[in-house]
Amino acid sequence: MHLYELPLVFVLIGLVFYVVLAGADFGAGFWQLFAGRGDAGVRVREHAHESISPVWEANHVWLIFVLTVSWTAYPRAFGAIASTLSVPLFIAAIGIILRGAAYALRAGSSSARERRSIDTVFALSSILTPFALGTIVGGIASRRVPVGNAAGHLFSSWLNPTSILVGVLAVASSAYLAAVFLAADAVRADDADLQARFRARALAAGLLTGALSLAGLAVLHSDAHPLYQRLLHSDAVGAMVVSALAGLATLELVRRARFETARYTAAIAVTAIVAGWALAQNPILLRGLTVRQAAAPHDTLVLVVVAVLAGAVILFPSLALLFRLVLAGRLGHAQTVRAPAAPLGALLSASAPGLLARVAGACLLAGFGFLTLAEAGWAHAIGVLALLAFIVCGFLADVPSLLSEMGREDPGGEARRSVQ
Amino acid sequence: MTPVHQAYLLQARQMQALSFSVHIPLVCFGIAFPSMILFVEWLYMRSGDRLYLVLARRWTRVMAALFAIGVITGTLLSFEMGLLWPAFTATFGSVFGLGFAIEGFSFFMEAIFIGIYIYGWDRLSPRAHFLSGIPIAIAGFTGSLTVISVNAWMNHPSGFRLVGGKVVDVHPLKALFANSFLWPELVHMYIAGYIVAGFLLAGVYAVGMLRNKGIAPSRYQRTALAIPLTIAALASPVQILIGDWAARDVATSQPVKLAAIEGLYKTTKGAPEHLLGWYTEDQVKYGIAIPKMLSLLAFHNPDATVKGLDTVPPDRRPPVNVVRVSFQLMVGIGTLLALLGVVYLVVRIRRRRLPESLWFYRALALAGPASVVALIAGWVTTEVGRQPWVVYHVMLTSQSVTGASGIPVGYGTLVLVYVGVAIAVVWILRRLARMPLELPGDGGGASERKAAV
Repeated sequence: MHLYELPLVFVLIGLVFYVVLAGADFGAGFWQLFAGRGDAGVRVREHAHESISPVWEANHVWLIFVLTVSWTAYPRAFGAIASTLSVPLFIAAIGIILRGAAYALRAGSSSARERRSIDTVFALSSILTPFALGTIVGGIASRRVPVGNAAGHLFSSWLNPTSILVGVLAVASSAYLAAVFLAADAVRADDADLQARFRARALAAGLLTGALSLAGLAVLHSDAHPLYQRLLHSDAVGAMVVSALAGLATLELVRRARFETARYTAAIAVTAIVAGWALAQNPILLRGLTVRQAAAPHDTLVLVVVAVLAGAVILFPSLALLFRLVLAGRLGHAQTVRAPAAPLGALLSASAPGLLARVAGACLLAGFGFLTLAEAGWAHAIGVLALLAFIVCGFLADVPSLLSEMGREDPGGEARRSVQ
Repeated sequence: MTPVHQAYLLQARQMQALSFSVHIPLVCFGIAFPSMILFVEWLYMRSGDRLYLVLARRWTRVMAALFAIGVITGTLLSFEMGLLWPAFTATFGSVFGLGFAIEGFSFFMEAIFIGIYIYGWDRLSPRAHFLSGIPIAIAGFTGSLTVISVNAWMNHPSGFRLVGGKVVDVHPLKALFANSFLWPELVHMYIAGYIVAGFLLAGVYAVGMLRNKGIAPSRYQRTALAIPLTIAALASPVQILIGDWAARDVATSQPVKLAAIEGLYKTTKGAPEHLLGWYTEDQVKYGIAIPKMLSLLAFHNPDATVKGLDTVPPDRRPPVNVVRVSFQLMVGIGTLLALLGVVYLVVRIRRRRLPESLWFYRALALAGPASVVALIAGWVTTEVGRQPWVVYHVMLTSQSVTGASGIPVGYGTLVLVYVGVAIAVVWILRRLARMPLELPGDGGGASERKAAV
């Protein structure tokens, strides 16, 4: 593999994570629209909301990762894609904004009716966004994006058979992934009814996604023939076979209610599709632009690779922590704070506030001298640090003693209130 | 380069400015809120006083809602790098993009640990929970660092050469982090984050106190007011010194921006400073002139020569009044905020209690919104002051704008959506303030309802 291909591999890995993880979050929104009526419908919507709450923001960041690595490592391709496909990109942005706002709004909702209308906005934007992003992929895959600033057609670049196909597939596979994940979550929550509901939804969505994929080959045959050719007559065909097998295995696992394992086979099916697309299109990135031609200069590529690898070292353990916490429900032993460790007044010894206040004053003077009067760069650095130290010392000199005074004036304050 | 719809340049710039103005106040909370909440949680861990627990958890709810809105408004900004300025990104992505790629990881950390922190309140040991909040505060800093490294590069570009419209000799680390512009801009914004979040938060509790005049504020209210207020009161005078430092950098590296800020047409030795007034016919009218002050402030020498707008042709000058009025607004509000901070600190030192004057709390209620105005005015100063360049003295904004039509439609849609989002945010915050907080081991939230504003 060449250096100029490596960031693209990162982009594709990020895309797979986005499709699988954020896709499942979009799908959870999809099922809020098809939750059914009455009490059961409310429970389906609550379950979908609660499952994604702790993770959707982290999952969303994969999209940012894909964008930033793309524009750093393949800036010309990014500029061409974003300008030609500006309409679906903007639609996706609006979908993301409405969806996030609806999510935030839910925290303030107080009645079932409010929640229902908020969930409807959330659901519609959860369908719109993956569809719009899918049409972008379709536009790139069917070679409708030429190099240059908005050089392609504003509408036919994304309103074409391949784009529509990928858009619909994105929605369907999101719904499928979500149903599998939500069924697994229902098993953990020990809710047999919800489990049955999401199992049925997973089977239906899985069959639909499979059927769409097969029908999609016919669409590619007529609309994106070069891609179709390569998909079936190159290394890509292996990936297609893996994807089909993993898809079938997932269906069988869901039928047997083995949802935990089904999560992973479903992820493999998606990964194989993305890999197949990449293999079929390689080395062409856009019409008239190979990956190599699109790549940034050598130094930038090296730094991107280093940054991504270094980032991965902190990212994956952190992600593992989040998912372990969410999947296990808790980490370690949760206990409340026991007896007061120390009355607040004793946090700092009696002389400390006075001393801190004097240190703060000295820092302020030093900051003024080094930052404002002196000219040298090193002096400015000292000055800034002194001013920051002034803020911290001033805060520590004042606030703990102020709070403990308040506590003395109103000793039982909160305790008294909580008995009422 | 393909022909560009110049007609849309102004709309594209306004759309970018709107997206930015909506996002940047939320960034302030991303910078400052985690450390304030962690401080309160630490107080609870040390003292076992449930009041601090209630406060920390209520603030966490607010942080969660604001973070969600920050995520989506920030996402739009990253989309706009391609939607509005594809030629800028296509030409220079390999130079500045690394800053955003690193920022992506910072954003990851923030989102992951905010998820853990919010979800983990009843599910982690107190110590582990406290620790899970620390990466959020760190990510607030590293995120600012990387994003501002890109902005500083746009204002003071280096680390590449342009040959025939293509960048060569690209050194991204040098371009982003070995840039003298980065540090003043970063510190200025970081401290602004604490000022804006501090005054807004304290202002909310000040409004609550003003509404219940005559009733002594509860300990909960006074605690919730004192913590953000003290931070803002300490930070706002410091900001004047930091701002002065940043301005001296502008004076040496971006003389035309300084000339626009001051409305200085002719290159002048011992230039005066004008307060207020309006720039017209190549001079500031109706302003109060302070002789030699500009030379003294900018170069620490009353007789220094300050370059004027006449050093560049008219089509290379930024719109003077936009830049100048924004700058004066920022400085004026910043000075008043610093004054308010000093009043608070003096009362604390001399009387050893919180201020009691109603006027102080009225001023405090205004300080929050005013600090947001100053924040946005400051960004208008630096970004409009950079015009007509997107990359200073390298690429014109007009060369970078998208060739796609339909910008007015997008702009109109975005205005409507953001009006909706603004209404939504106000609605959520009001609801969250009224909503009872149920804590484990508590007899329900009814008691806490009274304590809340």
